[in-house]
Amino acid sequence: MNEITSAIQLIPLQHYIILSVTLFSIGMMGVLFRRNIIAILMCLELMFNSANLLLAAFSAYHSDPSGQVFVFFIMIVAAAEVAVGLSIVVMMKRNVESVDINLLNRLKW
Amino acid sequence: MVFLFYFLSAIMVISALLVVFSKSPINNVIYLIICFIAMAGHYILLNAQFLAVVHIIVYTGAIMVLFLFVVMLLNLNKAIIPQKSAAARVLAVVTGGIFFLVLLAATRQTFVINPRYAFTSEIGLVANVGKTLFHEFLLPFEISSVLFISAMVGAVMFGKRDHAAGED
Repeated sequence: MNEITSAIQLIPLQHYIILSVTLFSIGMMGVLFRRNIIAILMCLELMFNSANLLLAAFSAYHSDPSGQVFVFFIMIVAAAEVAVGLSIVVMMKRNVESVDINLLNRLKW
Repeated sequence: MVFLFYFLSAIMVISALLVVFSKSPINNVIYLIICFIAMAGHYILLNAQFLAVVHIIVYTGAIMVLFLFVVMLLNLNKAIIPQKSAAARVLAVVTGGIFFLVLLAATRQTFVINPRYAFTSEIGLVANVGKTLFHEFLLPFEISSVLFISAMVGAVMFGKRDHAAGED
């Protein structure tokens, strides 16, 4: 147990930054890569979580719990966002019989 | 324990890549769940026990089940999954790679952290996070309930079948 609680003193903060930058880039690549709206929502979740991980890492390295409270609020916002987003997906599937985002290109104008 | 960090990171990056590149939506959801469980392991390594538990309950237990439920409700299978053209996919990978390099270069400069408080492994316990939440962040916590109500109303509004428009 003591090994786990003191593990962050052995890992440089830089590695957490690199990890969350990697995850954020993968999420952004997924948003550009996929046309399926559900997969795009999942990639958005990935980007949310990379930001969460970085906030928690900085909070742990500063020994300040405010960052973890902020992660908690981000989780609240993400839950609300997913509920509304998935209901939009269901509505879109019902109206246009597809999950293809290219069918939504009328929203551009 | 340092080994555990790199092990969990490898699992996260590989499963995140599989989320992007695997075609079946069910597989996407399963890989994202694996990624989130590895992230809960990271939270435990960071001494954020409260966050680890909330992350498992909220993300893996609620959000991903919601995703899985919608995928099954819409009855998506591989035949109707739209794919971008090959050129657009290559461009997406190149853009993602360049974005990664830019972010990496921007964060490469090491900066020294001078913690305000002495190192303690107990900041992530429920007692400490709860104290901060209900002392300094009480008003945002209450306001987030308004956000939830509006999200719930919005989800119900979207989910309701529109009879006036659906007659044709």
